[in-house]
Amino acid sequence: MKVQLSHPERQVEVKGPKRVKDLLRDLNLLPEAHLVIRGDDLATEDDMLKDDDTVEVRPVISGGSN
Amino acid sequence: MRCKKCKTKAVIGLPRHNAAFCKPCFNEFVHDQVARAIKSERMFAPQDRILVAVSGGKDSLALWDILLKLGYRADALYVDLGIAGYSAKSREKVEQFANTTGTACGATLLIHTVQEEEGAGIRELADLIHRPTCSTCGTIKRYQFNRTAVEQGYDVMATGHNLDDEAARLLGNVLHWQEEYLDKQAPTLPASLEGFTKKVKPLYRLAERELAAYAVLNRIEYIVEECPMAKGSKMLLYKEVLNRLESESPGTKQAFYWGFLERQTKARPAPASMAEKDQATLHPCTTCGQPTTAEICSYCKMMARAKASLPR
Repeated sequence: MKVQLSHPERQVEVKGPKRVKDLLRDLNLLPEAHLVIRGDDLATEDDMLKDDDTVEVRPVISGGSN
Repeated sequence: MRCKKCKTKAVIGLPRHNAAFCKPCFNEFVHDQVARAIKSERMFAPQDRILVAVSGGKDSLALWDILLKLGYRADALYVDLGIAGYSAKSREKVEQFANTTGTACGATLLIHTVQEEEGAGIRELADLIHRPTCSTCGTIKRYQFNRTAVEQGYDVMATGHNLDDEAARLLGNVLHWQEEYLDKQAPTLPASLEGFTKKVKPLYRLAERELAAYAVLNRIEYIVEECPMAKGSKMLLYKEVLNRLESESPGTKQAFYWGFLERQTKARPAPASMAEKDQATLHPCTTCGQPTTAEICSYCKMMARAKASLPR
C-alpha cells in the first residue's frame, strides 16, 4: 500500500494486508499522536488495510511558544 | 470496532474513555464535552458575544465550528504574522472556513496584519529586538486579541487550547516549579479590570487527536504543516513524553490536568479575590492604556525598540 507521511512529507510503500495498529507500530509512530486517513474516512486501529490501499498517516501534535 | 452508543462501525477509538464512536456519535461526544466545559467553568452565556482566536490550525477552526454549531454568537480574529511560506497558507484556510461555515452562520472574521500594523513581519521584529520569535509572537497575539475584544465590545475571548496543550504546559511549569504561572492555567480567567477581557479555553476536555479527528470528519480544511518557528520547541517534547505515557496508560493526560484543576479549585482563591489581586498589580499602560504591571506594557516596549531599529 502507499503510505503518505508528514514532517518531512514523503510516501513509502508498505506490504499489505496489515492492521492500522501494526502499520503504526512498524513505522514507530504513537497511535495517540497520529490519525490514519483512508479516502475521506478515518481508519480505526483494528481496521485492516489492503495492499492496494492509499492511506495518509497524519500527525496531530502542534505547538510552539514555551 | 463498534460505536459504544449505536453499535454501528466506529470511525475512532478513544482508549482514555474506553469507548469508540461512529461519526454522528463522535460529533455528539465532542459537542457535549465543550458544552460541559462552558457550563462547569462558567465560560459564557448564550447571549454573550465571543471572539475566537483562530490560526488556521485544527484546534481553533474546530472551536469556531463547534461554538457556531452549538448556537453561540462567535466571531473570529486571525493575526497574520507574515511568516514567509506559512502565513499565506494558514490565512487561506481561515478565510475558506469563514466564507463557508462562518458566513452561513452569520459570523464575521477580523484580520490583523502584523506587517501592516507593526511595520514588519514577526521574524524581522524578533531579530530587531533580539528576542525569540515564539515569545515575540505570543506578546503580539495576546495584546492584539485582548485589545480587539475590548475595543469591539466582545464579552469573552476563546482560544483553542486543548487537553494536550494544558497538560504539556502544566508539566513544563511543574518541572521548573514555576508556581506563579499555575494560577493562570485555569480554563476560565476573569476580566479582572477594565481593559482586560475574560479569557476561556472551551477545548480543555478534548485531546489533540480528537480535535484533528473532528476536523477531518467534518471536512474542516486546516493547515497540517507545523509552524516553522515551533520546530524543536519544549512544548512538542513535553507532548511527546505525555503521549508515550498515554499510550501505555490511557487517561494519564486527563488525570494529570483535570486532577490539577480539582486541587486548584479547592486551594485557589475565588475569582473575586483573583480579580482583586490583578487590580492591585495592574494599571493602564501610559502609552496605549492596556493593562500592565509596569509603567509601559511589554507590547509598547517591544514596539518602541523595534521602531528605533527599523531602517527609516
